[in-house]
Amino acid sequence: MDDDKLIIAGREFSSRLIIGTGKYKDYAENAAALTASGADMVTVAVRRVNINNPNEPMLVDFINPNETMFLPNTAGCFTGDDAVRTLRLAREAGGWSLVKLEVLSNVHLYPDMEETLKSLKLLVADGFDVMVYCTDDPVYCQKLEEAGAAAIMPLAAPIGSGLGLLNPTNIRLVKEAVKLPVIVDAGLGTASEAAAAMELGCDGIIANTAIAGADDPIRMAHAFKHAVIAGRQAYLAGRIKPKTYAVPSSPLTGLI
Amino acid sequence: MFLVINGKDYADLPDGMSVAELVTHLGLPEKKMAIELNRAVISKSAYDNVMLRDNDKLEIIHFIGGG
Repeated sequence: MDDDKLIIAGREFSSRLIIGTGKYKDYAENAAALTASGADMVTVAVRRVNINNPNEPMLVDFINPNETMFLPNTAGCFTGDDAVRTLRLAREAGGWSLVKLEVLSNVHLYPDMEETLKSLKLLVADGFDVMVYCTDDPVYCQKLEEAGAAAIMPLAAPIGSGLGLLNPTNIRLVKEAVKLPVIVDAGLGTASEAAAAMELGCDGIIANTAIAGADDPIRMAHAFKHAVIAGRQAYLAGRIKPKTYAVPSSPLTGLI
Repeated sequence: MFLVINGKDYADLPDGMSVAELVTHLGLPEKKMAIELNRAVISKSAYDNVMLRDNDKLEIIHFIGGG
């Protein structure tokens, strides 16, 4: 069971859970949640250095990028050009080519798929390995795969909403439509929803708000760790076919 | 020297600084940071050799928490 690794763009990950680094009380809590989650990859944002206070706490002082893969995102970018510019800076800052592309719209932060596809092509041409945040439209997900994405990351529900796995049918159709790893990103609210997504055959989960916003983020990180493992194992084990009526579990013969 | 750094005006910086000298002047930690000069990314190996000029626009970024 230990050889069931998540492989993205040739890189091997032992955990199928990726956690965010936003919205925690502080970086120390974030680091503790990371340990509890067992994740070996975290999403990070790219922002201006505070020139007036260069000594403020830094993420890299709490989560070591040599031990945990940093996945720079393009959150806050509303055009393809901004996303490409941001990731070029991220690559220089960290030296990594694996990135998370998200080009959002002003409509409830839904992904702008036209801009997303356009910037994916620019990034692929520039040598990036791009994990793409996207809608759960299987047709568009195929277009992302054809354009050279490294992973397809459909939303479960609007970002930060905690509404859970709203359209499991589409997530399953996305998984069936592409060969790339499918990672459900955004909108989950609690651990059982992560397990449900994994049971559909998804390859991984990204969770930020569901963990960071919980009353006890460290315990919730622990819960997500086990949910993702449970969901994956259940998927690999193969569930029984649902039956309409009762079927006894104990033999009906040999009764006293 | 006049520079625009991260969208803010800096009017009285010393003349004739390299990118490396600006980083030192501002007291910035170099770890996991990147600099864009007039929309072109400057590689760390070039910090010593790239000289800044009046009205240059710089973006200096690093990684923070995000989803």
